[in-house]
Amino acid sequence: MTDSISIIVVEADADRAVQIANSLKEAGECEIQIISEPTALSRRIREVQPDVVLIDIENPSRDMLEGLALASGPMERPVAMFVDRSDAGLSTAAIEAGVSAYVVDGLRPDRLRPILDAAIARFRMFQRMRKELSETKRALEERKVIDRAKGMIMKARGVDEDEAYAILRKAAMDQGKRVAEVAQALVTAAGLLS
Amino acid sequence: MKATELSIGFMPLTDAAPLIVAQEMGFAEEEGLRLDLRRAPSWSSLRDMLSFGQVDAAHMLSPVPIAAALGYGGAGAPLSAVSVLSANGNVIGVSRALEEKLRALGHDFDFEDAGKAGKALIAATGQTLRIGVPFPFSMHAELVFYWLSALGFAVPEAVEVRTVPPPLMAEAIAAGEIDAFCVGEPWGTKAVENNVGALLLPGKAIWSFSPEKVLAVRSDWAETETSLTERLIRAVWRAGRWLGDPDSRMLATEMLARKTYLDLSPDLVERALSGRLVISSKGEERSVPGFVEFYHGAAGFPWRSQAEWIALRLAERIGRDPRAAALAARQVCRTDLYRRALQGTSADLPEASSKTEGALSAPASVPSASGTLILQQDSFFDGRVFEPLPE
Repeated sequence: MTDSISIIVVEADADRAVQIANSLKEAGECEIQIISEPTALSRRIREVQPDVVLIDIENPSRDMLEGLALASGPMERPVAMFVDRSDAGLSTAAIEAGVSAYVVDGLRPDRLRPILDAAIARFRMFQRMRKELSETKRALEERKVIDRAKGMIMKARGVDEDEAYAILRKAAMDQGKRVAEVAQALVTAAGLLS
Repeated sequence: MKATELSIGFMPLTDAAPLIVAQEMGFAEEEGLRLDLRRAPSWSSLRDMLSFGQVDAAHMLSPVPIAAALGYGGAGAPLSAVSVLSANGNVIGVSRALEEKLRALGHDFDFEDAGKAGKALIAATGQTLRIGVPFPFSMHAELVFYWLSALGFAVPEAVEVRTVPPPLMAEAIAAGEIDAFCVGEPWGTKAVENNVGALLLPGKAIWSFSPEKVLAVRSDWAETETSLTERLIRAVWRAGRWLGDPDSRMLATEMLARKTYLDLSPDLVERALSGRLVISSKGEERSVPGFVEFYHGAAGFPWRSQAEWIALRLAERIGRDPRAAALAARQVCRTDLYRRALQGTSADLPEASSKTEGALSAPASVPSASGTLILQQDSFFDGRVFEPLPE
């Protein structure tokens, strides 16, 4: 047995996979294989016999890994579910970051720790990027709706843009709602009436 | 009073209905609760979300908390089943190729006789059968193993069980990765709709009243948040009662089909709720009364005997001491909490907490608080019965 830890990363997105692999290599001596096809998962894991399998929590194929815990044949290696049982803090951190790790029983915790820490940090970054992207998208969509609502008010009441926005803002404040919500309600209602 | 918010995880399946209805129809609100329903990508993620406290309660496969108690699957906190959410509701389906073979052998797809369908399937299969189930610890896996081994098929040697998440089952059978599947609705119907499979049997043809999903919470949460647990049990029980009324079907269908829940056409969702399933791409329809049950026959009652049955099947397969497994399963199954929560409601609960499983070949009345509780048929297709440990 070599000294380096053998890791399988299950990740369909090639860019993300490379980023994960790079982070792990910085964290310690390891051999990394990337699997992008869920169909090949069980077979490849049997072939490679990795020490650790890392997979995104959002990946539905993760359920396929659960059966590994039941592997009991002489050629198969027991896999501890999730991360090291003795370290609940690490498990929680992994879950919150959105990564699950399947770890072969008997892998020394001090060897595992840096690998998992690196994986967790990388997945946290992905999660932040995902969140930022969806927030940006939402902000853009809201801006569009507010613009449409402003246009309607300008037309219906013959006011300028600033005044239309002031009307929206006042309505929002009176109702305890966000400007975007009031704008959306107006756009929806107008759609029903036209 | 401001409602207490509980976060609840679910998988996109028809039998998540009691949780969705509890929130949407105001049963949760009646108990001062607001359910923040979160759709999970897979059963393992849902179990971990529950174990590590990201959700307070979850829609869960009935064997998962028991498997966790036996040390299988998940390394998180111990889990408790505080109510059954639904009985039955699965289908067994086959690929188009296997469907053709079965028809060539003269099988009529009566969607009823598990013995006949099983023998035909074994005859059509040859050496090995690749069958997809949603999770290694699931009623689906248990039903398939029970059914095929009772018919003399070499289980598990000749059965290659593949784990496929429910929403991917139709794709897996289309891609030829599996020959057959056992899955919760509407995902079997989806395979028929996509022209990639035919339905062979409803799960209830194998065991006519099997506990399918449970309401699971962390065991320590059930202890420290007694009031919340009881309120949640009541809200879910009322939702089940509402779902048990055929008049609720249309509204329930529309609710479940929504984007945030199942995100599928209402037409597909409706089939399981009405028990009228289209079983093949020829459009053949079969009617299965009680295809999925949320209320009648005390469907929500967490029978310890059912938990023991699951534990013994698991223990046998993974080589554990059966008695210890049965006792562990009893700890998981919180019949006591369920009874306490429903005290003072109109729920009629059985006097016993354990029963002989498989003894009822027709509905029968059993002793209960008001003396009129009718249990549904609960027989196994091969007529065997299961005696639990004495209470």
